[in-house]
Amino acid sequence: MALERTEVEKIAHLARLGLNEGEIPSTTETLNSILGLIDQMQAVDTTGIEPLAHPLEATQRLRADQVTENNQRDAYQAIAPAVENGLYLVPKVIE
Amino acid sequence: MHHMTLAEIARGLADKQFSAEELTRSLLARIQQLDPQLNSFITVTADQAMSQAKAADARRASGESGALLGAPIGHKDLFCTQGVLTSCGSKILTGFKAPYNATVVEKLAAAGAVTLGKLNMDEFAMGSANESSHYGPVKNPWDLTRVPGGSSGGSAAAVAARLLPAATGTDTGGSIRQPAALTNLTGIKPTYGRVSRWGMIAYASSLDQGGPLARTAEDCALMLHAMAGFDAKDSTCVDQPVDDYLAALSQPLAGLRIGLPKEYFGAGLDARIGEKVMAVVEALKKLGASVKEISLPNMQHAIPAYYVIAPAEASSNLSRFDGVRFGYRCENPVNLEDLYKRSRGEGFGAEVKRRIMVGTYALSAGYYDAYYIKAQQIRRLIKNDFVAAFNDVDVILGPTTPNLAWKLGEKNSDPVAAYLEDIYTITANLAGIPGLSMPAGFVDGLPVGVQLLGNYFQEGRLLNVAHQYQQVTDWHTHAPSGF
Amino acid sequence: MQWETVIGLEIHAQLSTQSKIFSASAIAFGAEPNTQASLVDLGMPGTLPVLNAEAVRMACKFGLAIDAEIAPQNIFARKNYFYPDLPKGYQTSQMDHPIVGKGFLDITLEDGTQKRIGITRAHLEEDAGKSLHEDFQGMSGIDLNRAGTPLLEIVSEPDIRSAKEAVAYVKAIHALVRYLGICDGNMAEGSLRCDCNVSVRPKGQAEFGTRAEIKNVNSFRFIEKAINHEVQRQIELIEDGGKVVQETRLYDPNKDQTRSMRSKEEANDYRYFPCPDLLPVVIEQSFLDEIRASLPELPVQKRERFQAEFGLSAYDADVLAASREMANYFEAVNAVCGDAKLAANWVMGELSSLLNKDNLDIEQSPVSAEQLGGMILRIKDNTISGKIAKMVFEALAAGEGSTADEVIEKKGLKQVTDSGAIEKMLDEVLAANAEQVEQYRAADEAKRGKMFGFFVGQAMKASKGKANPGQVNELLKNKLEG
Repeated sequence: MALERTEVEKIAHLARLGLNEGEIPSTTETLNSILGLIDQMQAVDTTGIEPLAHPLEATQRLRADQVTENNQRDAYQAIAPAVENGLYLVPKVIE
Repeated sequence: MHHMTLAEIARGLADKQFSAEELTRSLLARIQQLDPQLNSFITVTADQAMSQAKAADARRASGESGALLGAPIGHKDLFCTQGVLTSCGSKILTGFKAPYNATVVEKLAAAGAVTLGKLNMDEFAMGSANESSHYGPVKNPWDLTRVPGGSSGGSAAAVAARLLPAATGTDTGGSIRQPAALTNLTGIKPTYGRVSRWGMIAYASSLDQGGPLARTAEDCALMLHAMAGFDAKDSTCVDQPVDDYLAALSQPLAGLRIGLPKEYFGAGLDARIGEKVMAVVEALKKLGASVKEISLPNMQHAIPAYYVIAPAEASSNLSRFDGVRFGYRCENPVNLEDLYKRSRGEGFGAEVKRRIMVGTYALSAGYYDAYYIKAQQIRRLIKNDFVAAFNDVDVILGPTTPNLAWKLGEKNSDPVAAYLEDIYTITANLAGIPGLSMPAGFVDGLPVGVQLLGNYFQEGRLLNVAHQYQQVTDWHTHAPSGF
Repeated sequence: MQWETVIGLEIHAQLSTQSKIFSASAIAFGAEPNTQASLVDLGMPGTLPVLNAEAVRMACKFGLAIDAEIAPQNIFARKNYFYPDLPKGYQTSQMDHPIVGKGFLDITLEDGTQKRIGITRAHLEEDAGKSLHEDFQGMSGIDLNRAGTPLLEIVSEPDIRSAKEAVAYVKAIHALVRYLGICDGNMAEGSLRCDCNVSVRPKGQAEFGTRAEIKNVNSFRFIEKAINHEVQRQIELIEDGGKVVQETRLYDPNKDQTRSMRSKEEANDYRYFPCPDLLPVVIEQSFLDEIRASLPELPVQKRERFQAEFGLSAYDADVLAASREMANYFEAVNAVCGDAKLAANWVMGELSSLLNKDNLDIEQSPVSAEQLGGMILRIKDNTISGKIAKMVFEALAAGEGSTADEVIEKKGLKQVTDSGAIEKMLDEVLAANAEQVEQYRAADEAKRGKMFGFFVGQAMKASKGKANPGQVNELLKNKLEG
């Protein structure tokens, strides 16, 4: 099943990846060749096979409910692109 | 001094033949002189290295000892190092001086290792040629017109060129073993969960595992011993004691049962590599091993399954690179969407964007079952193959790569062709078992690697087999000319 | 046409743990921006989540309290979307395998009848941060202190049929989480938030109408108003030939309106998949047994006990059991005075109006349960009358004494029960009102009733309310008739 340009644009939007006009045809072509590789899976009979999410099939360890972190705001914000009054700045969020 | 292995360095430092400071100074000079040919370092941390070396000498003077005390190493540039650029080979981490240390970095520092710098890599560990780095491709010291493999290509090139005795790497689909094979090194990907992933910037969380690249199995044992172990900060890290890898090395191989999967020797394998692998088998037989043919029938499905699971996890893992809290942010975003799309569009390279898009698609509504669930079912089939195989054999042996190191740029235009290079390595990541690659000789002057796969937590056995082999062969001692 | 309203609610309860769900940061409300945001909370590259045991425990507590199925394993999933208050670009939540499965909660309607509301599921997830929209040169500011606060999202079945029922349900959930001690229920601070899924359908129709989701409703009053407004909007829309579209709407309490959130309307595709950084969470039966054994008495059980044990009315029992603090206070008063009906009357009457007037929670009551119980004892043993008791209560509230006895003593409010003293006082009253006595004696039986009240009033006034009213009545009658 081949992806169309509009689907590629939709995926790029979901992933918030800006693509230039020029990149779209080649991206579409490459994605289609990768999907061609992936689609080989469909030939495998996996009826009744439980999906495997983690190789070891271990279970989650729980952490004691204790506060051990302290305020490191200045250190963490030293590498931020834009901050003011302790807040990270972004273009206006419209709801 | 640069030809010494970690084990030799440890003896030299213990015998006071030289100090860590002298050794560090000499290697820093060598890096400065030779690395421009290779581009294996993204950052050289000379000042920090000198103070770490002096501190190691002081610790030794005060009576401390330890195999890695004063040992020079480098870190793949996806291990967070506090206050030092941690780039993942990506433009999007421009200016990202990590605010903390990875557990692996902490552990090696605690053992007294001296970090000379951060090593080049495929962007976000996505690649098998080390050509996708924002900091430029790394060259193979065995032939500067060829790739060193990837994604831990900087680690491999630096160790192969004797700029460092050992380095850290990570392996999501072969990223330690494949570059080790293409540069004549020994490298081990441990069992999933053996080494903490805290501070190791994720590509695909359920597949990623850190491990060492070095010139000998013994050095890998020294490194892995320091790197492995439980970490409460990583929920997927295993709370189980670390085996004594060093002690395991000397175990005789008599009685060792080796499985040769017939699927590893079929079409697609460079026959000359196949011959080298069979020569290794012969040598191991002489050491007392028995050999039988086995089958891993689902191996052929590993690549499609891997190229769903890894991109799916990556598409989510890489969402945090959004230009808000750290890293690259586009100029003058006009609105929020523009900030996201341009920061990410400009900050990520082509291969990363491709994989994010494949993963986004595989997880999207209507495709999830056909792609993601299907891939996880195949993942179980692959694991089941190994579980069955390890009922009959102790280790599985085969080629690490189907081909020799290829020319820079040769596979750039066809990502699918590059993906196929991972055929022998990715099954270990899908199943979570340990895998090791070791030098097995040369074809046309280019190194060939042989891969050993073991059952869960059998790192000690893999290192043992490699070490015993290295006692009777000298492929691992060959150095590229000019280095 | 007759319309029927169908409502399902999603309630987000912030769990009152010490630390966040996946990191060891504090979750205190009102801290300086980003001072409670750790490496994990900021989504720094290379960081990983580790699950808070207490969050799991609290979710299980809730599950047991609503008689829900709790599966042996639950799984965290990632919900992927981009938003500046979501640092990782995904919210760690639960999708196919929530910690709490199907359960129910019985609510009491205004007419005193009970209704069972189904609860589809409750799952653990992390809260997002906050976008602050004050103007920073056209920018928004992001505070990630709240990011990673543990939430329990409680999803009801579409069993609710009116705004009033919705409020009763939210109140019942509110009471329950506070009883369980898993959420402080502070709606003003956002500790309990409610999204309302509202649709209408012609009465008798089996299929549901198209629903709209109203977000951001953060008080009981607004829930009722927002739903009523939305129901009206939908009915008018349909009756005018329009169609309800499935969308997210925001309630604006200032305008009492809901409006469409178009910015969130784009086709969302959250690409849920199991979080590879977290492993399946195993819930052992022994763990559940241990929690079950430690569960407090819940509102429903308490209500039933108050009726059975104390003979309270359904209404009184419901009011007193509505909050754990109120119930505890009532029981403490009762323990001191041994008269549940008097205790209930005082707690629901004078005490509640005092607290309402000063806008206090019962934990902040200026009159302690011991003080109130002690005072009721004095009503019961005739030391004071009910009327005097109100004065004693006010004095206690004003801090004019540490016990009712002290106030009674200090203010000389002890009731007079000495017949001789009362007779003497009555003689003085009658002497001072000789004219009225004449009139009384001349009047017929029918008129005497009202006139008798006059003398009682005068007598109580003369005794400053302290004379035992029963004795006053009896003695006065004798004197006037005699």
